[in-house]
Amino acid sequence: MSRYFTKDHEWIAIDGDEATVGITDYAQGQLGDITFVELPSEGASVSKGDSAAVVDSVKAASDVYAPASGTITAANQALADTPELVNSAAEGDGWLWRMTLSDAAELDALMDEAGYREYVEGL
Amino acid sequence: MTEGAPKQTLRERRALSESDARSEPLALPLDAWHRARGGRMVPFAGYSMPVQYEGIIAEHLWTREHAGLFDVSHMGQLTLSGDGLDAAVEALLPIDLSTLKLGSVRYSLLLDENGGILDDLMVSRWRQALYIVVNGATKWDDIGFLREHLPDAITLNHLDDRALLALQGPEAFAALERVVTGEHPLSALTFMKGGRFAIAGIEAWISRSGYTGEDGFEISIPADNAAEVADALCGQPEVRPIGLGARDSLRLEAGLPLYGHDLSPETGPVEAGLTFAINKRRREQGGFFGAETILAALRNGPERKRVGLALEGRLAAREGATVHAGDAEVGRVTSGGYSPCLGHPIAMAYVAAEHAAEGAALELDVRGRRIPARVVPLPFVPHRYHR
Repeated sequence: MSRYFTKDHEWIAIDGDEATVGITDYAQGQLGDITFVELPSEGASVSKGDSAAVVDSVKAASDVYAPASGTITAANQALADTPELVNSAAEGDGWLWRMTLSDAAELDALMDEAGYREYVEGL
Repeated sequence: MTEGAPKQTLRERRALSESDARSEPLALPLDAWHRARGGRMVPFAGYSMPVQYEGIIAEHLWTREHAGLFDVSHMGQLTLSGDGLDAAVEALLPIDLSTLKLGSVRYSLLLDENGGILDDLMVSRWRQALYIVVNGATKWDDIGFLREHLPDAITLNHLDDRALLALQGPEAFAALERVVTGEHPLSALTFMKGGRFAIAGIEAWISRSGYTGEDGFEISIPADNAAEVADALCGQPEVRPIGLGARDSLRLEAGLPLYGHDLSPETGPVEAGLTFAINKRRREQGGFFGAETILAALRNGPERKRVGLALEGRLAAREGATVHAGDAEVGRVTSGGYSPCLGHPIAMAYVAAEHAAEGAALELDVRGRRIPARVVPLPFVPHRYHR
């Protein structure tokens, strides 16, 4: 399973035909306490760069952009009652949605984990 | 929270931090003190200030249960003195200084000629002067306005060599009493009263006031000794440092307006629900900036009112969200966010008077979604001042 990162602090993990998307631990730390997550609907199609979810924190609401194009296959329903999962496990149980990819080549433009950590260091 | 941003994307957030790095916010006296305690520093009102330490919700709840220490040194501390002081100040502010006794503190407003609010401020009576605390983002404009409109006989001093701390919460008294000495016991101070004390041997002007709705104190000290005082206070088991994020959520729950958001030159004191700041004698006599407009609004009632809104669901409405009654747009949100004490989002909005009654059912437009909201009385969380 390979994981890619965007400059907007989303991660996307590829497992066969399906990908899981969330925001990075760095991003949740910047946002602070998360109080609500607006998730995409199952079956919705998204293009790379579309706002697909909104993460609402005590400080502000932030768009989460689709790191790649495709179709939403699932949204993390656990976040409805426990949005703070994004704070405690941003890159694990606090995932936002799952999707199939329409163009896997879009991933080539993203960073790998080492590249992202280096990018964050420079912020 | 970061002032003024109803919605920020992670993308914008990155751009913001880059541009802020270029404009180089100024450091306040406790800059290193905050960083050493893990404060996350953000640009605010031209200064670098801590938005949070351990987390906004935890800091918010700590302050409501124990005591929080806030650094508000960005605010402007001024004194006015000179012959004919009271009359000169009354020509500007709607305050009745004849009833402001030595050591008393009162909330007042700086108004323009049209009755719009230029700033909200606190006025204290000192022996030879009036001590005034104004908002950080507006202090330079306020100083300019006061210098322009006060007669030459009045001297304005900007006390920029002083820091300002706020200690807020139900255990603030117990914590402060342990480290304070003074001519009078700390218990001599009731809500909106101040006096001279020393903390850890450092002279301090302390008033029993604040911006959280809790009992608490505001503490003016020499900037050079600010870290010693902050250490003495945070050395008490009840006290933790609290950032700007929780300061904003606490004042929102307390129904207290924030200048630049809930108050502006486009809002007047009557619609803002601040008629108590137009003191009784001044309502009868007028003679302050904006009096004509304001006295008319008092007679006729305002066309819109600042109200509290309780939102359904968990999605917060923020500044700029429009308020609707059926198909009609009837107002606009000026502050909003999640209430840690109530567990749901709350907001303040200006709403057309006919839709502003308690219990009125309205809807908020949050990014294209209609969120049901109900008009509720302010404050959202009861004040617990020590009167």
